Amino acid sequence: MRAIIKRELYSYFCSPMAYVVMAIFLFFSGIFFTMICLGNSTSELNYVFSNMCLVTIFITPILCMRLLSDEKRLRTDQALLTSPVSILSIVLGKFFSACILFLICMSIFVIYGFTLSFFVTPKWSVIICNCLGLFLLAAALIAIDVFLSSLTESQVIAAVTGFAAGLFVYLLDNVASAVSVSFVNKALTSVSFLTHYQNFTVGLLSLSDVVFFLSVAALFIFLTVRVIEKRRWS
Amino acid sequence: MVEVQNVTKIYGDKKAVDDISFTVNSGEIVGFLGPNGAGKSTTMNIITGYLSSSSGTVTVDGCEILDDPKGVKSKIGYLPEIPPLYTEMTVRKYLGFMYDLKHVKLEKEEHIDEICRLVKIDAVEDRIIKNLSKGYKQRVGLAQALLGNPPVLILDEPTVGLDPKQIIEIRNLVKDLGKKHTVILSSHILSEVQAICDRVLIISNGRIVADSPTADLSKVLGKSGKLRIQVKGGKTSIIDTVSSVKGVKSVKTERELQNGVYEFIVESDSELDVRESVFWKLSEAKLPMLLMQSADPTLEEIFLKLTNDTNYTKQGGGKK
Repeated sequence: MRAIIKRELYSYFCSPMAYVVMAIFLFFSGIFFTMICLGNSTSELNYVFSNMCLVTIFITPILCMRLLSDEKRLRTDQALLTSPVSILSIVLGKFFSACILFLICMSIFVIYGFTLSFFVTPKWSVIICNCLGLFLLAAALIAIDVFLSSLTESQVIAAVTGFAAGLFVYLLDNVASAVSVSFVNKALTSVSFLTHYQNFTVGLLSLSDVVFFLSVAALFIFLTVRVIEKRRWS
Repeated sequence: MVEVQNVTKIYGDKKAVDDISFTVNSGEIVGFLGPNGAGKSTTMNIITGYLSSSSGTVTVDGCEILDDPKGVKSKIGYLPEIPPLYTEMTVRKYLGFMYDLKHVKLEKEEHIDEICRLVKIDAVEDRIIKNLSKGYKQRVGLAQALLGNPPVLILDEPTVGLDPKQIIEIRNLVKDLGKKHTVILSSHILSEVQAICDRVLIISNGRIVADSPTADLSKVLGKSGKLRIQVKGGKTSIIDTVSSVKGVKSVKTERELQNGVYEFIVESDSELDVRESVFWKLSEAKLPMLLMQSADPTLEEIFLKLTNDTNYTKQGGGKK
């Protein structure tokens, strides 16, 4: 698994991919930070984080589109699958490499925190809670996108379906409010990414939200392993 | 070393591999021979664990692929038909990655250096794989398979797309490797298999139609006792002279090559070697012989016969 993480990070950074993703992330987080915090003279990073949700939905498919689809297209999966490593560790390697790149993007929030600390004492605990929320959201989305990229040989299809999936989970709240049947409404709300994420942005760290994102990630990693496994049998 | 038992692979309603069984002993170089789409690559993919068989078992050095996939995979070095290269990496980085992936225990830098020298890619070590020629890419693929000195090497068409000089180099390399490793390679080029392998398995339509040592293949399957001769002189007198040799059953005129030189096919009892007697008879009759060669079928002919003739397929399959 370590070898795969190392290789994926290498390939992120020796192609424009990592820099483009980081640039997008920094650009938007910078705009939000400047407009919301510096513009309004507030030390609340909460609004910045709730806006970052949409940015995350757009950059995770780009991070993941290549991960498994390219392996299949270039037949490099033959090297991976005939090496003495389990499919799970291959998938986890891919997943963690995308997570690590996202974490690198997120490190900018440390700078924002320090910038604020020139003016007031920032609520570090709230910022950390927000960071954790954003990271968990990204991890769940990355798992979904890795799964989508295992289904196709085309990076473009992987990315487009990734955007669609991201938008869908983002809009689940709106869908839920349009449904009048109460148990459907409840079910949709409880799997809404936005609802769970917003708890973090207001500084609420609840175990159920953490478990929610982690189980989404685990579910899609499991499904990805099954997809690859199935390909061997059919 | 490698034991394949009753392996079948079904894609939809097509049987890509149909009940194949064979054993490869330690230190052997075995060639899979067959037309495109015969099931060579599928069989190799099953042995290496890339694909699962629909039924049947594969055992490598005592490890069964279903029970202990990691054990089997760590004993095999595999070069697929398309070398699995991460083209954005340099050769050195790529081999480093494969080394880590395979959990090789040998000293890293030294081991990679050694393999680079062996397959002669030490000069391009720091170049990006994307920019290498096909021949070098193939060698990098081979280097990848050799990492960790696995006891079994499986090479799927290792010389495809190379120029003649590279083909000879790779063949010699494989031969050398055969001294230390058990090698299974596939090819649709007969002369290649003849040149490298100790044993040939001919695969057609997913079945093994012949399995024999390379040297015996033509004897076992195509012993005819036929001779091809070219003699200068009168046609009828030549036929008379040759026919009078003891053991000769028939003499057929093939063609007239130039004025007064004819080519014949001489058929004799297969146990009797009539070459010497034919030579002496003709020289006594002052009929100069310009050429004499065995007209046993070539590997090409046997191959075509085996892969085309359905009757033969059944016999061959049954034989195995």
